[in-house]
Amino acid sequence: MTEIISLVVAKYNYWLYIILMMIGLYAMIAKNNLIKKLVGMNIFQTAIILFYVSTGYKTGATIPIIKNAHGGHGVEAAVIHAADYINPLPHVLMLTAIVVSVATFGVAMALCVRIYQRYQTLEEDELRMRLSEK
Amino acid sequence: MNNYPAILIIAPLLGAFFAGLAVWIQERLAYPIALISLGLSTFASVNVLMAVIANGPVHYRMAGWAPPMGIEYRIDLLNAMVLVLVSSIAFLNLLASYKNVEQETHDRAASFYVAYLLFVVGLLGVVATGDLFNLYVLIEITSLTSYTLVALGDRDRGPLASLNYLFVGVIGASFYLLGVGYIYIITGSLNMVDVAGILPDLPGSSTVLVGFILCLLGVWIKMALFPLHVWLPNGYTYAPTAFSRVVAPLMTKVMVYVMIRLMITVFGLDYVFVKLHLSEAVVWLGTIAIVFGGVMALSQKNLKKMLTYIIICEIGYMVGGAWLGNELGMTGAILHIVNDALMTFALFLAVGNIVYKIKDVDYPNLSGLFGKMPWTMAGFVLAAFSIIGVPPTCGFFSKWYLILGAFEAGAYHFAAALLISSLICAVLFFKVFEICFFAPEGNGHSHDHSHGHGDQVIVMDEAPVASLVTLAIVSLALILVGVYSGTIVNTIILPFLR
Amino acid sequence: MKLLGFIIVCLTGIFLLYGTSDLPDWGDPNSPASLHLSNHYIEKAVAETEVPNLVTAVLADYRGFDTMFETAVVFTAGLACFLLLRDFKPKQDRYYRHVPTGVVLHFKDKARQLRVGTEFESVDKDWVPSDMVIKTVCRILIPFIQIYALYVVAHGDFSPGGGFQGGVIFGSSFILLAISYNLKTLMKRVSEKFLGIFSAVGVLIYVGIGVIAMIMGGNFLDYSTLAPLVPVDPGHIRALGMLGVEIGVGIAVMAAMAIIYINIVSQGRHDEGL
Repeated sequence: MTEIISLVVAKYNYWLYIILMMIGLYAMIAKNNLIKKLVGMNIFQTAIILFYVSTGYKTGATIPIIKNAHGGHGVEAAVIHAADYINPLPHVLMLTAIVVSVATFGVAMALCVRIYQRYQTLEEDELRMRLSEK
Repeated sequence: MNNYPAILIIAPLLGAFFAGLAVWIQERLAYPIALISLGLSTFASVNVLMAVIANGPVHYRMAGWAPPMGIEYRIDLLNAMVLVLVSSIAFLNLLASYKNVEQETHDRAASFYVAYLLFVVGLLGVVATGDLFNLYVLIEITSLTSYTLVALGDRDRGPLASLNYLFVGVIGASFYLLGVGYIYIITGSLNMVDVAGILPDLPGSSTVLVGFILCLLGVWIKMALFPLHVWLPNGYTYAPTAFSRVVAPLMTKVMVYVMIRLMITVFGLDYVFVKLHLSEAVVWLGTIAIVFGGVMALSQKNLKKMLTYIIICEIGYMVGGAWLGNELGMTGAILHIVNDALMTFALFLAVGNIVYKIKDVDYPNLSGLFGKMPWTMAGFVLAAFSIIGVPPTCGFFSKWYLILGAFEAGAYHFAAALLISSLICAVLFFKVFEICFFAPEGNGHSHDHSHGHGDQVIVMDEAPVASLVTLAIVSLALILVGVYSGTIVNTIILPFLR
Repeated sequence: MKLLGFIIVCLTGIFLLYGTSDLPDWGDPNSPASLHLSNHYIEKAVAETEVPNLVTAVLADYRGFDTMFETAVVFTAGLACFLLLRDFKPKQDRYYRHVPTGVVLHFKDKARQLRVGTEFESVDKDWVPSDMVIKTVCRILIPFIQIYALYVVAHGDFSPGGGFQGGVIFGSSFILLAISYNLKTLMKRVSEKFLGIFSAVGVLIYVGIGVIAMIMGGNFLDYSTLAPLVPVDPGHIRALGMLGVEIGVGIAVMAAMAIIYINIVSQGRHDEGL
């Protein structure tokens, strides 16, 4: 039991974000209203983004902008220690993922507007009923 | 010229944005721009294939940085073949579908071409790239443009079908992204070849297992493997004709390519087949997919929906064949990528012609088609024979390799499913032929332009010439690819696998 | 359905958590992800590219190809909202309000139109008197927001920022104008054609820089080959290439954000908004 507790505490960032992902996934699958599903999709994607970003953290390190580099020609003399700066690569990857998630949300919103214009409802069971009547 | 790998993806990308400008400045330029850019891309991909066959894999570094610092295109034999397939089908479809686009989306046809070009860019990039995260970005471009284009089809059901497709597609792409995340965290690199070099040092790691299964699940959702296929029938049926003609042959097959690339290049056949014990379960899954697709296709009353279930059945062939674990099975699966793309393209070209004339393709409306549209139906019959697996069309040869591979691996259930599906397809298509052959009884319900007073005189009312010519080219390709499949296997597939 | 969803979610969660047992701990500086590639980026990026902000260096130079497709994704989102929602022939109800008395006239057919001026103003169906405080404050703030957005784009090399961030801030200034006044005010200043052309031009700048690099003899998006074209210190050429690319990204994102907002909020009709 204690080893599970220490496991959770050492890796609590992963546990937190996986639980958040599962909340979002549950909303996408089980909710009835289309907008609630969209919100669930947003939570799911945001949790994945946070999961990635949290892996780049190094204890005691600062943001990935090299200090005192804007002096011009004094930069080459200073030695840059990798342990002083957090990992920039997950941030770069997640910039892309955030943009993709926003774009998907925009397209999904446009689709919801079209569906509402046609059927006057956004509840999935009512939509299914209307479709099976045709 | 060594810039061909970049040209084949930059040409349609530039074309898309120039067409995007043309939407606001001069609408009629959008179609010629699209044609020219896809033509350039096809030309570049054929050149790349020649270069790869002659000299071995081509490595192209984007932004000049060596991998794994930068992104690299690594085009070997498998890539090059699928690239030629994708660009040529997209180009031919654009030639054939001009009238269909005018008919179905007349007021925004120029923007349709922009989205179409971006879709093709996404597909080409997925095939050509050698970087795991770049693959995710390109899958998302493909997905976003396909959600948009599907929603432009049927006015009533298009947006809802597209929204369901969107939810499932986002789950699939996010699983793939999580899988890449797990692999990145444990290896520290994103380049496919680099990861393949680091992974053997991490045996038995649960992270690598979970990463592999997540990537695989994401790709399976995108290729509509049973039971993750729920988005495909509605999504492809209610899409506009010009788009369903290009998405049905290409998107799922490109995802099969991604699965094979992950299995062979990134994780390695040793890890996939020896360390994991999933291959039997996956072959069973492929078997069930084949039977499910066939049975559901039998119960459909609409031609387009029936064809989408056949796509699900064919995906079962490819997934089962790839996971059989022997060279014959993998050869069959890779050859089937090419064959199935051509067959599905021919089928959807024919169906698109029918939709152009009769809008609604429920079975009762299809009577008398052999008289009304003989050339279209000739192409349809040839493609149907190819799906059933009649020599010398190409469908026979890939089925042959798959059955041989199944016997060698001892997966008799898979071989039985292959044979049963041929029978089911035969029954299916002959039922359609029977409906189309006989003219309707009584007065002319389904004729627009015929002058029938008592006795039915069926006037030939064919689709536009461009689509007929394209159908003829693709039908010829079906036969040629079948006859030359030995050459294709020996020059491209077997050297790749060895 | 809810029970099935709950079971699937629990199984997936347990599966994912099983995969984390091998992952490095929180904040571990020796994890593989922090050793292999990222060490190279942290230690060598300034020497190779002269850009202190490592995230921008990796985003716009080392992995610039990814960023180009990301900008294409933004363009696609704008295009999708336009394609799906744009309605060129909306119903032609018009409402005019007589300013001195407050009487509102409703014209149902499109034959009659009133001249808008000091006596009559054209209003939305859900018109409420606009608040003087909101209008004035927003009108003063918007230019400063735009200057801040340009600052964020230009200083992406040295401080947190870049093309995407600056583009979104600029786009939000347009949205603020639409919210504080009304959508018609925004459309008068920033027409649909302007936004459409700019969203394509932004990505074309990005791809164009890459094509110029290819024409000058290097690989696609290799900024070092642009040195003969630019009359400044050739050591900085990568930083300048990155700046050009970020400007393209900013323009595309600005236009796409405005297009998405306008099309969704007016359901494609471009007449009324929130």
